Amino acid sequence: MIKQLFKFREMLLVVIIAMLLAVFSARSPGFAKPGNLANIFNDTSILIILALGQMTVILTKSIDLSVAANVAFTGMAIGMLNAAYPAMPLALIILIALGTGAVLGAINGLFVWKLNIPSIVVTLGTLTIYRGMAFVLSGGAWVNAHQMTAPFLQTPRQLFFGLPLLGWTAIVIVAIMYVVMSRTFLGRAIYASGGNPTAAVYAGIDVGRTRFYAFVISGTLAGLCGYLWVSRYAVAYVDIAAGFELDTVAACVIGGISTLGGIGSVAGAVLGSLFLGVIKNALPVINISPFSQMAISGSVIIAAVIFNARQERRRGRIILRDRGASEQIEVTA
Amino acid sequence: MSAVPEKRHIPDRLGTSVTRLFASWEALLVAVAAVIFIANALASPYFLNAWNLSDATFNFTEKAMVAFAMALLIIAGEIDLSVAAIIALASTAMGAAAQAGVGTPGLVAIGIGVGAGCGMINGILVAGLRLPSIVVTIGTMSLFRGIAYIVLGDKAYGGYPASFAYFGQGYVLWVFSFEFVLFAALAVLFAVLLHATNFGRRVYAIGNNEFAARFSGIHVERIKFTLFLLTGLMAGIAAVCLTSRLGSTRPSIAQGWELEIVTMVVLGGISILGGSGTIGGVVIAAFVMGLVTFGLGLLNVPGIVMSIFIGLLLITTITLPIIIRQFGHRKSA
Repeated sequence: MIKQLFKFREMLLVVIIAMLLAVFSARSPGFAKPGNLANIFNDTSILIILALGQMTVILTKSIDLSVAANVAFTGMAIGMLNAAYPAMPLALIILIALGTGAVLGAINGLFVWKLNIPSIVVTLGTLTIYRGMAFVLSGGAWVNAHQMTAPFLQTPRQLFFGLPLLGWTAIVIVAIMYVVMSRTFLGRAIYASGGNPTAAVYAGIDVGRTRFYAFVISGTLAGLCGYLWVSRYAVAYVDIAAGFELDTVAACVIGGISTLGGIGSVAGAVLGSLFLGVIKNALPVINISPFSQMAISGSVIIAAVIFNARQERRRGRIILRDRGASEQIEVTA
Repeated sequence: MSAVPEKRHIPDRLGTSVTRLFASWEALLVAVAAVIFIANALASPYFLNAWNLSDATFNFTEKAMVAFAMALLIIAGEIDLSVAAIIALASTAMGAAAQAGVGTPGLVAIGIGVGAGCGMINGILVAGLRLPSIVVTIGTMSLFRGIAYIVLGDKAYGGYPASFAYFGQGYVLWVFSFEFVLFAALAVLFAVLLHATNFGRRVYAIGNNEFAARFSGIHVERIKFTLFLLTGLMAGIAAVCLTSRLGSTRPSIAQGWELEIVTMVVLGGISILGGSGTIGGVVIAAFVMGLVTFGLGLLNVPGIVMSIFIGLLLITTITLPIIIRQFGHRKSA
């Protein structure tokens, strides 16, 4: 029955997104043309990838507010690397981006796993530290387009069947995450340790370790997005993706991922991201100031939280307070 | 009310070891403050000057005002991440009113009123609709600041009446600024409210065991609502002081303050899990943070690098007691 409810939830989002597209294309014909839709999807790709990482963390009853800072640091690091060593192959650069992101995510994860510190506090702290490190690394300087090599900038723009490689990357990540979340032990452990940490411990799942892996996944995806972001906008500076962590949380909340943990799906996170992406791309088309986007996403988050709470109808505990589970972990340790 | 209360060790009275721990925590903070003070005095010959020290207080007085209310909120097991956005919205409202020719008393009333109104919205969403405060206030954070962006865009408000400057720039007596005197008065007020009234005991009770508090006849929702209202109100007062001190309003005003305010509260020894901490600790933490940032400023450290220190301070102050406790556990086991 619960499964049907979520199918309903995702169908509802599909319908809402379709309606939005219909309304916007009524105002401006051509908005819903395949070419423009591919553009919107491509534009939303980075949000989709980051939202999937955020979803993994939120499912384990945690939150990762440092993703955008991770993007900024990794983006700056590989941007500078590319500028300093133009001969370095792109594959190696992407590997370094993934590794850097994974290390930053693992730092968050270690604090949450080994010291049982609430994830919101850890990631609020690392958010400023990672972005500060991007400043220390660059000295406040920018890496501009002319300093980057052509393969670094052009690869994500290659078109395949009308969609740039950036969009295809998102599709591949979505497919991988779908398999991981629904077909692997880790995926099921992630759901279990968020849905009922105490029961998960009794089922032989190491909740702390699972959270650690969730943070590593989120960090790795953020590292990948560091490369994608810098190559897409062809510039790296300290403030890139500032505040983007909120967009990823918003996408998850809109997609029906419960901030109490354990509830949510890959499809939900993707649809939540697309919802925000469609609105973002539609604002200029229907002549609304881009300055209003922040207030709109804020209102949508609040509406989605209210909607989720009504659907869940289940008493859970918020992310901050997790003493019961941590006590159980201590008992088993 | 169907949830099973979880297993938790609840002492019949506040244990002496707990009170001793907090006594020592505050003692430690005083020692840290003293060390930083001496280091500053040695590092810069200009530090030990009454006017210079008076200037240093502006670094923390406004944030500390909000931190007092936030402390109560965190003790009750909730959090408000929208405080900085409330300051921005209240400041924008005052700016718009000043453009319309409203006098100083009207401006103050508008600033505090908008703050209280925003706090009320948070209160209704969290206490009234029983939604998790982290997500709700992430949502209202982008909503409130989003409205400021819609109103102001890339422009700024200035032209406040001359008498309005008193709140942020005036001095009550010799080197004691209006802000500092207000900060001291509010510290006493909040200390009395938390430590010497029924209301304060109820706040602790909710934070320690909301379930038991409810069964003891405490109106949990009403108190949480009051706390959110109070936090909004204090953000409004901080907005009056900050706007008066800067003399202008941009939508990005007080950006990132929510992090510094939470850091101040946690540094002050208030458990992020709720239920314990004192206002005295927050007051000392305010001085510590103010001295650190002011000292780094005297040493020409850029703002974003300072934020690394704040982030490190936040994580270490939370990590340290946990590591110490874990060692204690291992010894006793």
